[in-house]
Amino acid sequence: MAGLPQIGEPPRAGRKRALPLLELLSFPILLLVWQVLAMVLAHRLFPSPIAVGQEMLRLATEGKLLTDLSKTLWRASLAFILAMLLGTALGILLGRKAWLDRLFSSWLLVGLNLPAIVVAIALYIWLGLTETALILAVVINKVPLVATTIREGVRSFAPEFDELALAMRWPPAKRLRLIFLPQLMPFVLAAARTGLSLIWKIVLVFEVLGSDGGVGYRVSLFFQFFDITGILAYTSAFILVVLAIEYGVLRPIEKRVLQWRPAQA
Amino acid sequence: MATGPGLIISIEEKRYADSVAPTLSGFKAEIAPGSVTAILGPSGIGKSTLLRIIAGIDRDFSGHVTIDGQPAAEAAPPGFLFQDPRLLPWLTTSDNVRTAGKGVSTEKAMAALARTGLADHANLYPHQLSGGMQRRAALARALALNAGLLLLDEPFVSLDRSLVEEMYELIASVAAADGPTMILVTHMTEDAARLADRVLVLSGTPAHITADLALSKPRYQRDRATLDTYRQLIEGAN
Repeated sequence: MAGLPQIGEPPRAGRKRALPLLELLSFPILLLVWQVLAMVLAHRLFPSPIAVGQEMLRLATEGKLLTDLSKTLWRASLAFILAMLLGTALGILLGRKAWLDRLFSSWLLVGLNLPAIVVAIALYIWLGLTETALILAVVINKVPLVATTIREGVRSFAPEFDELALAMRWPPAKRLRLIFLPQLMPFVLAAARTGLSLIWKIVLVFEVLGSDGGVGYRVSLFFQFFDITGILAYTSAFILVVLAIEYGVLRPIEKRVLQWRPAQA
Repeated sequence: MATGPGLIISIEEKRYADSVAPTLSGFKAEIAPGSVTAILGPSGIGKSTLLRIIAGIDRDFSGHVTIDGQPAAEAAPPGFLFQDPRLLPWLTTSDNVRTAGKGVSTEKAMAALARTGLADHANLYPHQLSGGMQRRAALARALALNAGLLLLDEPFVSLDRSLVEEMYELIASVAAADGPTMILVTHMTEDAARLADRVLVLSGTPAHITADLALSKPRYQRDRATLDTYRQLIEGAN
């Protein structure tokens, strides 16, 4: 058993170096699996990634792909920012003030379990098929999730650090910077990541339900013509944008903010 | 060499909300400027509570603590070495030391780290340090401020013997060089015999002073026979 790693043994350097390479290979492998499946099935309703890529390029240059993408992105970004701001503020309040938590925790529970589609339909009825209704519906769906994550985070704060701050007579701004925000950030990032993935999906569903453009709206049009290549082209373009945000924005922020954490094996 | 402040501690009663009996009662002591006072007692008797009251962290008690005439909570911040290192995990070792106060520049932090033998570890995060190193980093933070009052809560607990000797030496050198008023809370007779000018023995429920012993100087470099005498004296009073 000499050559086998024991429980608790750190991963070997070689294995550690291979991890980024595996991540890099992940998507090419997915594309390869897709391509092989498309070749095996050889059906017009299961286009290959190459065909989808060509359609994406065509829709971007000749169609409305970029306009639709930017429309959906705008809606999702605005809803995301509003939901994060409101949810974080609410989560902090509920985490800090027990009486507020007692008063509103059942509201939060209702919010968490309210079907997203019901919120959207109700708001479309009340406010009409408008941009405001769509964004508000997304925000209402997302806020309880953010607030719950942040509330649990605030509850888990280490009280020892508050004692340290008291002993050192730190002013409130210093406490905020040195104790509060660093403890809060992992939860904000977790809420942002889950929030973003949820918001993309909700926005698309709401666009299908009623809007004048956007990825969801266009996908619903393609659906009427059983144009699976168009649907996958739009979906792939959308996924590319999501990946760009994940790798270009979220991960660098996470790396910077959480650099103090022990590296995961 | 500036000498640390004098303290007047008068705690009529300290009771936690969830406990039936008070933790501390009738604790009265005057601490001389620049002295090293050991508060000795078994674990859980209320020594850390006492230190938190002196530091101005715990204000929920009846009585008063003044530091050079000022209420403890309004006095200059003490250098406080908690029982656990309590380093902020998101800051490097040197940044942790710098949090001690406004006047602690990078140079001062590095000097404090050098004093505790951690200059080469300044850029590491706490999780990258061993338990003993974390304790020394916390001591560096307590020393960096050059505070007149140093409060040490079980500073040698769970350290190996060689490290304890190093820490004794370091704390004794700080006491000799900087002249702060030091209050050391411990359950180890050895710590009190080695470092203190005065030992206050806490016992009973609620805890109160049962013995007040004066030990002669010099601190730390006491010969074995003197140490044995002090140990017997303290243990006799304990």
